[in-house]
Amino acid sequence: MSTTTLGEATAAAEPASAPPAAPRRSRRRGEQGRAAALASHGVLAGACLIALFPIAWLVFLSLGPDKDDYLHPERIWGKMTFDNYAYVLQHTNFFEWLKSSLIVSLGTTVIGVLVAATTGYAVSRMRFPGYRKLMWILLLTQMFPIAVLIVPMYQILSELQLIDSYLGLILVYCSTAVPYCAWLLKGYFDTIPFEIDEAGRVDGLTPFGTFFRLILPLARPGLAVAAFYSFITAFGEVAFASTFMLSDTKYTFAVGLQSFVSEHDAQRNLMAATAVLIAIPVSAFFYLVQKNLVTGLTAGGTKG
Amino acid sequence: MTVAIDRATGKRRGDRAPRPGLGRRLKHGWQKHWYAYAMIAPVAVVLGVLVLYPLAYGFYLTLTDADSLNSARTIGVNEIEATYKFIGFDNYADILWGETAYERFWSHFIWTVVWTAACVALHYGIGLGLALLLNQKLRGRTFYRLVLVLPWAVPTFVTVFGWRFMLADAGIINSGLDFLGLPAPQWLEDTFWQRFAAIMVNTWCGVPFMMVSLLGGLQSIDASLYEAAEMDGANAWQRFRHVTLPGLRSVSSTVVLLGIIWTFNQFAIIFLLFGNTAPDAQILVTWAYQLGFGQQPREFAQSAAYGMLLLAVLIVFTSFYRRWLNRNEQQLAN
Repeated sequence: MSTTTLGEATAAAEPASAPPAAPRRSRRRGEQGRAAALASHGVLAGACLIALFPIAWLVFLSLGPDKDDYLHPERIWGKMTFDNYAYVLQHTNFFEWLKSSLIVSLGTTVIGVLVAATTGYAVSRMRFPGYRKLMWILLLTQMFPIAVLIVPMYQILSELQLIDSYLGLILVYCSTAVPYCAWLLKGYFDTIPFEIDEAGRVDGLTPFGTFFRLILPLARPGLAVAAFYSFITAFGEVAFASTFMLSDTKYTFAVGLQSFVSEHDAQRNLMAATAVLIAIPVSAFFYLVQKNLVTGLTAGGTKG
Repeated sequence: MTVAIDRATGKRRGDRAPRPGLGRRLKHGWQKHWYAYAMIAPVAVVLGVLVLYPLAYGFYLTLTDADSLNSARTIGVNEIEATYKFIGFDNYADILWGETAYERFWSHFIWTVVWTAACVALHYGIGLGLALLLNQKLRGRTFYRLVLVLPWAVPTFVTVFGWRFMLADAGIINSGLDFLGLPAPQWLEDTFWQRFAAIMVNTWCGVPFMMVSLLGGLQSIDASLYEAAEMDGANAWQRFRHVTLPGLRSVSSTVVLLGIIWTFNQFAIIFLLFGNTAPDAQILVTWAYQLGFGQQPREFAQSAAYGMLLLAVLIVFTSFYRRWLNRNEQQLAN
């Protein structure tokens, strides 16, 4: 499937910017001929189909009552039902998992953004001795494969008896969320004109005052992006959550969902229903924030 | 406590008085920069406690023969003390050139490199293609964008299970191939197809990020540059080559680096797609995890040593990448 998309996409890059054919002068820049527009629509529609299908398929399978329906999708048509959803909501640990996921993700988000905000500002505006080292460490932490910290973290947390506790998992996630937020916010603060700081200083504000009264309100979109990223990373993290959460009432969704198949009797229909229930609010949340996403990302990216 | 915003006030180097003694310099530095240090203090503390200390501890563990049988542990009410001993760099030597080092490390290393290169090339190529398409004046552009971002909006651990249903032996993909008269590969059993499936799923998951970032980059390119190029008679390819690509340079170099790091460290997709069933499709990260937590006894020291090696690979790669970028920029400036 991916090979076909590649072919389409690279081929598509050309009609997109291809030289308009005959009636060259009659069109304004950026508009294109009928054929090119049609080709663009064709490729984009194809890409949309590929993007949509696995999720649509999951939704479809979640309506089949039998656990082997994924092998016989045609049988689902006759007996579509929401029974799987009812069962998941009433007879599984769904709400326990929801609680754990929210506690862990929100905890990480709040700590991550709160701790990182002033640092992002400091590295954006001030040049102090050790500045380069700090930037290097922040960058370095983005590169940590989970394999580097998982063993020592496991040992440390078990000594502190924090295995299978929300706090332990939040602390682990903060090790990536904090430097990432600082880095991202630095990029965002860089886009706020320095003149604002100067004006604040002229009016007699301290750097803290400037930061809290002037810059922080202006940086709301950046803060939203940082918060969103921390939330989504913590929410979707698999390795640490699978290893450190032991009791099935404390599972996050990422672990809970696995428990449907790892059991001897793989309940794939229930799993599909759970997956859909998880995906709906998260995607909705994603679309709410995505307006700020592009700005935040490119600001963080280009200035990094 | 005067200047915190050095850049804004434009303090120049030449203004400086002759160098005072160390004590006064420290005092002066503190007075001048204490705002900065106060502001970075929270992150410094968090990094020290949550990153540097575990890192140092992890490095120490790699120099021992720690596993789950000799580490400190609690069984019922009995606390058992750690009994592992210091063995120096034996773990590293064993991983890199011990017996069966090829099966355990190098084969996974090669596959990890192939995996990273293939995935990032596909991410970037498809992402750029779609971004170019979306950057035109086109009906329904917002709609397309919203749909194309979907694979990114849904958590990976959810979609990977969707893919597992599709890739199952009699799942929809094989039914479709069968319907077209094509052979149906065993996606989740055969090594080649496992790897193929992993790259495919990761590509599907990773393209939206590239697309959105590159679209942002494209939108920030000044339209007058295109007009000027068109005025000079540049055709579409030349405009793409000499206006679009250079305009995207800073975004591209960042997203490619991020893409490489993320793909190299990608855990969830392979772990959730195959679990413990596909030893040959494991990249180094999931392999290290398997050593440390996916088997009995748990090889803590070996797993941590893999982690250190992975980090070393990434650091070396990143510093070369940045140096290469800098050199390119200089060449461009000359």
